[in-house]
Amino acid sequence: MAEHPSHTDAYVPYYLHKGKYPGPLGWLLATDHKRIGLLYLACIVVFFSTAVVIGVIMRINMLPGHAVLTPQQYNAAFTLHGIIMIFLVVIPAVPTIFGNFFLPILIGGNDMIFPRLNLFTWYLFVLGAVLAIVSVFFGGGAVDTGWTFYVPFSIKTTVNVPLAVFAVFILGMSSILTGINIVTTVHQLRAPGMGFFRMPLSVWGFYATAWVQILATPVIGITMLLVVMERLFGIGVFDPSKGGDPLLYQHLFWIYSHPAVYIMILPAMGIISDIFPVFSRKNIYGYKMIAFSSLAIASVGSLVWGHHMYVSGQSDTAGIIFSFLTFLVAVPSAIKVYNWIATMYRGSIQVEPPFLYALSFVFLFSIGGLTGLFLGALSPNVQLHNTYFVVGHFHYVIFGGMGFGLAAAVHYWFPKMTGRMYNKPMSVIAWLVVFIGFNIFYFPMLILGWEGMPRRYYDYLPQFTTLHTVASVGAFIMVAGLVLVAVTLARGLFAGHKAPANPWGAATLEWTLPSPPSQEDFEEIPVVTSGPYEFDKKEAAA
Amino acid sequence: MNDHADAHAAGRVGIWLFISTEIILFGGLFLLYSMYRLKNPADFHAGSLELNRVLGTLNTIILITSSLSVALAIAALERGRRVQSALFTGATIAFAFGFLIVKSFEWSAKFHHGLYPNAKVLLSMPKGQNLFFGLYYMMTGLHAVHVIVGIGVLSVMLVRVLRGAITPHNPTYLVNSGLYWHLVDIIWIFLFPLFYLIT
Repeated sequence: MAEHPSHTDAYVPYYLHKGKYPGPLGWLLATDHKRIGLLYLACIVVFFSTAVVIGVIMRINMLPGHAVLTPQQYNAAFTLHGIIMIFLVVIPAVPTIFGNFFLPILIGGNDMIFPRLNLFTWYLFVLGAVLAIVSVFFGGGAVDTGWTFYVPFSIKTTVNVPLAVFAVFILGMSSILTGINIVTTVHQLRAPGMGFFRMPLSVWGFYATAWVQILATPVIGITMLLVVMERLFGIGVFDPSKGGDPLLYQHLFWIYSHPAVYIMILPAMGIISDIFPVFSRKNIYGYKMIAFSSLAIASVGSLVWGHHMYVSGQSDTAGIIFSFLTFLVAVPSAIKVYNWIATMYRGSIQVEPPFLYALSFVFLFSIGGLTGLFLGALSPNVQLHNTYFVVGHFHYVIFGGMGFGLAAAVHYWFPKMTGRMYNKPMSVIAWLVVFIGFNIFYFPMLILGWEGMPRRYYDYLPQFTTLHTVASVGAFIMVAGLVLVAVTLARGLFAGHKAPANPWGAATLEWTLPSPPSQEDFEEIPVVTSGPYEFDKKEAAA
Repeated sequence: MNDHADAHAAGRVGIWLFISTEIILFGGLFLLYSMYRLKNPADFHAGSLELNRVLGTLNTIILITSSLSVALAIAALERGRRVQSALFTGATIAFAFGFLIVKSFEWSAKFHHGLYPNAKVLLSMPKGQNLFFGLYYMMTGLHAVHVIVGIGVLSVMLVRVLRGAITPHNPTYLVNSGLYWHLVDIIWIFLFPLFYLIT
């Protein structure tokens, strides 16, 4: 893609670079995009582990005869699991970790355009997380409203709702500023020759996501502020006894929170689009279609929020329009799936861990996407609304989609970020355990919901015992797999072989840098002369 | 910042994106306002009559004038007149304080009459008026927070202009602060008729 920059003897990996500040301050005051990416990574690993533990406790609770939680504790558990996973892990993870670390490099730049703003977003993120944690222990205890904070319950319950929703407001500010940084970086920092249609598709994913972050997040910001004001001063806008309309809360909440699922999935889709060509040794099929489908998902996906409110008293006309738009947004998602499969068709496929994660992403996301159509259709929704079917669908899309996409990204970029390689056979075994456990865990949820098991219930009727037990066992297998993944990566980090600059033979710019990159990335800004997946040109030049 | 990046252009893109997020933030409130006014037109009219149009008009004049003064501050800087630029920035800050003082008189008068959320007087009034005042405090309150932030931002700019950290060749921070201040002004221009001039 670009000429290999010559390295002087002064090459020092970025994490050993001696900057203005020594020791930990060199990290806490870092404005380098790679270090900020790792700061986010460290936090998100902690939050993810916490939410997984809460999830495991809930699954233990659902084993027959193992009611380890009181009903109120169970309410708090699913709420915390949701808040942590959604606002502290799934929404920020890919843009902040990999967007920060790789976006500038992928377009031939040396940093994000606003480095200090970038660090500031991390502090906002940490502040939001601290406030959320404090809200669990003070002022009435852990929130029990579910992560959706629906009124009027959230303005009546005695637990510490104001602080928790204010934490969400702060996290939203962090997300908005990250989005502004990414959009501006893509517009201003592309290297010479890096036209929009030479950008890797992961950059298109980050770019489309950043627009959603900018345009949708302020709506949840104001909604959360209104809940705070409702709780503190009783302004009445969501309180039926003062004329307020709870349905309007749901509108405002989902105007953000539905596009938010595209914040979660779009960057993962972008990275998957980078991974398939590399491991198929073939140019991507339908580059422009994938790029534009990201924008189409971002725009149409912002207009489907009403499908969360079919049974909330919204008008039939609105329901029909939102249902139509929901089916419409499935089209660009399907375009991506077809293009990924067409990319693999007649490629010379190399089965490596990132490829396996990418492949399982497509499989799991397709199940999640198709079950989404059941929910998006008006009449089945009446039966399926607020059942385990929703829980199963959501985890297939978000964990199976974004989660496996994140794992693909980790396994793909690990050698570049750390300079080391993990043990591949072990990581394939770990992947298999996670994949099998995942399906044993979540597929029964779809059946449970179909048969009428409501979500967020502490207990269940006897006929659901078998499927709940199967799901719990699947959850334990999956978590064992996650531990194996963590062990494999940790061993790779501390004892892995040194990774070469380009272990996968990829053609995007990050692989022209040494593993790991130096502090300043490119010594000279590269001049880009070919597309991101033109392996033949690259090999001819070598 | 990368070598090949144009700092001024990047700052412009960034501030416009930020301004659009602010508009959407207030957009949520305007959405609520539209729905509730549609449902309670008579109560909103009655609520509007409780507000002081003279003070509202005065505040509108103050804010529009402050937008002029911040624009003059930028124009003076671009012509290299540092002291003049600082004076206009200082005038903008003074107008902002003036706005807040008038606002606080208005709010305390309303409080005195029991027209605030959860007050017995207001609760005894129709639901639509409760919504009107709930939105009035929320929207003008959030706007006032933006005015306070603006005072902070413009004060930093004043110091930087006086110290020579902002120059005609490097005006981005002052220009962007000016854009933010115009946003604060424009939001008020919508709030004023929606609350004070309903018929």
